[in-house]
Amino acid sequence: MEILVCVKRVPDTAENEIEVAGDGSDIERDDLVYSVNEWDNYAVEEAIQIVDNVGGSVTVISVGDEDAEEVVRREMAMGANNGILLSDDAFEGSDGKGIASLLKAAVEKGNYDLILTGAQADDGAGQVGGMLAAMLDVPFASVVNAIEVLDDKKLKVGREIEGGNQEMSEIDLPCVLSIQTGINEPRYVGIRGIRKVASVDIPVWGASDLGVGAESIGESGARAKRLDYFVPELGEGAEILEGSSDEVADKLIEILKAKGGIK
Amino acid sequence: MAGQIFAYITHKVGKADDTAAELVKAAGKFFPDAPVTAVVTGSGADLDAVCNEMTAWYREIWKIDNEALAYPNAEAIRKLLVNLLPQDAVVFCGHDTFGMDLAPGLSIKLDSVFVPDVVDFDGLDGDTLKVIRQEYSGQVSTHVSCDISAGAVINIRPGAFQPDESGSAGGQVVDKSAEAGDLAVGRRFLEIVQAEVGDVDITKEDVLVSVGRGIEDQDNIEIAEELAEAIGAVVSCSRPIVDAKWLEKSRQVGTSGQTVKPKVYLALGISGSFQHLGGLKGNPFIVAVNKNPKAPIFQVADVGVVDDLLDFVPVLTEKIQEGK
Repeated sequence: MEILVCVKRVPDTAENEIEVAGDGSDIERDDLVYSVNEWDNYAVEEAIQIVDNVGGSVTVISVGDEDAEEVVRREMAMGANNGILLSDDAFEGSDGKGIASLLKAAVEKGNYDLILTGAQADDGAGQVGGMLAAMLDVPFASVVNAIEVLDDKKLKVGREIEGGNQEMSEIDLPCVLSIQTGINEPRYVGIRGIRKVASVDIPVWGASDLGVGAESIGESGARAKRLDYFVPELGEGAEILEGSSDEVADKLIEILKAKGGIK
Repeated sequence: MAGQIFAYITHKVGKADDTAAELVKAAGKFFPDAPVTAVVTGSGADLDAVCNEMTAWYREIWKIDNEALAYPNAEAIRKLLVNLLPQDAVVFCGHDTFGMDLAPGLSIKLDSVFVPDVVDFDGLDGDTLKVIRQEYSGQVSTHVSCDISAGAVINIRPGAFQPDESGSAGGQVVDKSAEAGDLAVGRRFLEIVQAEVGDVDITKEDVLVSVGRGIEDQDNIEIAEELAEAIGAVVSCSRPIVDAKWLEKSRQVGTSGQTVKPKVYLALGISGSFQHLGGLKGNPFIVAVNKNPKAPIFQVADVGVVDDLLDFVPVLTEKIQEGK
């Protein structure tokens, strides 16, 4: 099975506190630690496991600047066979539809049976997978937490729905699936793994390689635009207990007793 | 001016989802002068019950009865909506697992802008709609402007728009079943697998000690277990802990886990994403312990401790044990 996995480089929220920059035009990016979007990493692991079982190859693709190449390389160190970077000044400021248009153009240069994305990203909205499927006119399933290959024409997939229940469906190939965290246990990538792929060539495709017009991509093509970042004023919030750990613990115990939190 | 306004109503066993009343509230805030039409799909008596329920909230309800829509398959419903709605329609959906399945593709097929996970309205100027969204699990918010001249698909975060106590729209149901068109799909529903029942039922507990990413390591779960034991509570958790397989799925609080209604909720190292808070009902007294003073959990908590839970919680537990 030929599998394409779409990945994104994002600020790692497990490692960073996200703060708004002074003028609100961006978040503070100076000291941010970036990584591959967590959902995407599960998608790459899933693709590698499918190929381990039924054969084929895994290609990882990302839209971004040269820094995004690191992320593609990291996922290749996990075991993806190929990497592609879509990068061009003309892509900057693209909305979700713009990103999906770029990916569609790249998909059409290959011959993929299955396309995976992460279900969402911390700085995104969980939209690219569903848009890409509609553009390609292939079936789609979101928040997928189980995949079983039935044959070379179809898969059985589980979607995580409300209440921890799972919706099982049969889906025709080719298709696009957006992957939920927890579907597998992504393998660890060590320094040795990274070194092994350090010199692998990752092709970079720009607007002319993809044959996409300016009308749907970049800032001019975007019909949804982020204007600023801000921190909303939200009521009073929590009463923060101050003092040493001992003092705070004593105060908290009194509060818990009063509220029935200690039996 | 944007086209006709619609709200897609999700429902289960003959009852509309809570978002049904929220969508009409949101649409009314965005487009105060425009009527909103509910679109309800399904089959048989359940569908009629939901349509009837919607007459309280919507002036007009479009009912589409079709065997192929008996189970809400987003691909079939997308085809239906493309067949049924005007090209420049403004469509409101809930941003839940169904809305995430339906809406992005629908926006492509209607060639309209997609505005996901909207938490508030910020203005409408001609064809430019301004909304508020959140990023990074609610750590920061953004204003987003959208060109809705060719229509829009707008997903509203469940719970973000407080609905009216009751509706009195006195709406009428219009049967549009004949206009459904071709609904062939490449994804066929098989069955629902119910969530596994765990060793404890966190939905029945009065006091929960809930752990999130801040617990850092599987071995540290015992810190929460010791506190829970000291105060007579049970340990629950947020999603990353289940993803890491450190606790069972049945212990997860959130929209994709259990809905709980304790009296007291201790959130240890939990950032407080809306998906997590969506599983917390009944207005519990919330205590948050988090080393990040900007964690969104502090906005909803009653009492906060800004500290590393790994340092603070053992101190707290020891003092409680001593006091007994």
